Amino acid sequence: MALLDIRQRTGWLFGAIVVSHIILISAQVTTKRGVPVLQEVTFGAFAEMQRGATSAFGSAREGWQNYFALQEIRRENDQLKQEVTKLRVSLEQERSVAQQTRTLQQLLDLRSATSFETAAAMVIGSGADPEFRTITIDKGTQDGLRPDMAVISPAGIVGRILMPTARAAKVQLIIDRDAAAGVLIERSRVNGVVEGLGSGEELGFKAGMISLNYVPSSADVKPGDRVVTSGIDGIYPKGVPVGEIQSVERPGGEWRIRVKPAVDFAALEAVLVVLKAPDPPSETADDGKR
Amino acid sequence: MKALAVFIAIALALGLQTTLARFVVGGSAAVDLVLVAVVAVALTIGPVGGMLAGSAAGLIQDALSSGVIGIGGLAKTIVGFLAGAFGQQFIVTAALPRLVIFVAATVLHGAVFMGLYYVLDLRAFPSPWKPLAAQALGNALVGIVAFGIIESLPGIVERRRSRRGRR
Repeated sequence: MALLDIRQRTGWLFGAIVVSHIILISAQVTTKRGVPVLQEVTFGAFAEMQRGATSAFGSAREGWQNYFALQEIRRENDQLKQEVTKLRVSLEQERSVAQQTRTLQQLLDLRSATSFETAAAMVIGSGADPEFRTITIDKGTQDGLRPDMAVISPAGIVGRILMPTARAAKVQLIIDRDAAAGVLIERSRVNGVVEGLGSGEELGFKAGMISLNYVPSSADVKPGDRVVTSGIDGIYPKGVPVGEIQSVERPGGEWRIRVKPAVDFAALEAVLVVLKAPDPPSETADDGKR
Repeated sequence: MKALAVFIAIALALGLQTTLARFVVGGSAAVDLVLVAVVAVALTIGPVGGMLAGSAAGLIQDALSSGVIGIGGLAKTIVGFLAGAFGQQFIVTAALPRLVIFVAATVLHGAVFMGLYYVLDLRAFPSPWKPLAAQALGNALVGIVAFGIIESLPGIVERRRSRRGRR
């Protein structure tokens, strides 16, 4: 009964009476447009309600559509991600092919520039032991490869054939500690022998360097001098770049010359094998440790 | 009993208002007896009685006048409710608080009444403050006197009864 007791609901009662009066007033008063205020207010309020309802419905519909659109977009996004991944792989493959093509083009250029007979080969593997700097190429005895054949690249000498099989061959790189080659300093025409330093760690040198030895004590040697093959070792054709002198020291009167190889062995992809060695020069020379 | 008393008070106020209005120059009364009655009822009974009395009295007053029915009713409803609520919260038995309430009630009533007419573009009130102040003062004086009479009525009746009893 407390609900029906108006004394308990003073605020509500007051509101109801005020609203009743407002409605009563509105019913009598007309606006400047001649429309009764009650009608205009009612219509206005109803129109606002309709607007609100339409807006709410529109928002809900839009939200629902957006939700579905989002789902679709997510699906598309996943598809696109997959496509991007595929395209990236494809691009890398294309780049790799392009690089390979460039390398082969360089090899072809070298091949046509040289007078000796060569066979192109692809590097298919590297040495299993870091102490022995070797690579494996995809040509073997079937292709006419024999031990001690020179292996060169557009940048310079790579090494020599160490052990050919029927379809592949192991190549000893010039940076291997057991490798050597007869060379001369391009500027001063001083002869010497380059020898690999292997990992070089125990000697305190940067790995991948080669040492230039057997240089006469009166020789004119400077850092930056280019070193090329002399051809006197009977393996490497004459005039092939070997590298550049990195440092020259003379502790106790003995030369200590370090040469940076011209070839980047880490990025080696294709090489040329010199099938027919050039005629050895008449003068005798140390052909290295081989 | 209360309802009857309220009805009588309102009817009396309306009767006096409509009768006295004729004697006021210009036709507009400086005292709104109906408003005084509504405030008195509100202070005596409370906000519910005040607003019901204000609503009924205002509507009747509107109906008897040529204005829009409901504006006076709304103004008196608000005044009755607020006066009743104020009377419930504070002690307003002294003359000064009552005077303040009557003045405030008249000002509020005038503001709502004239404001609604102005907002609805039904009537203009060029300089409303002077008549409103006069009406507030008049209402307050009449209200205090009326309250004094009403409150002294039981005592007068009692004295007369006891006098008759002695005879």
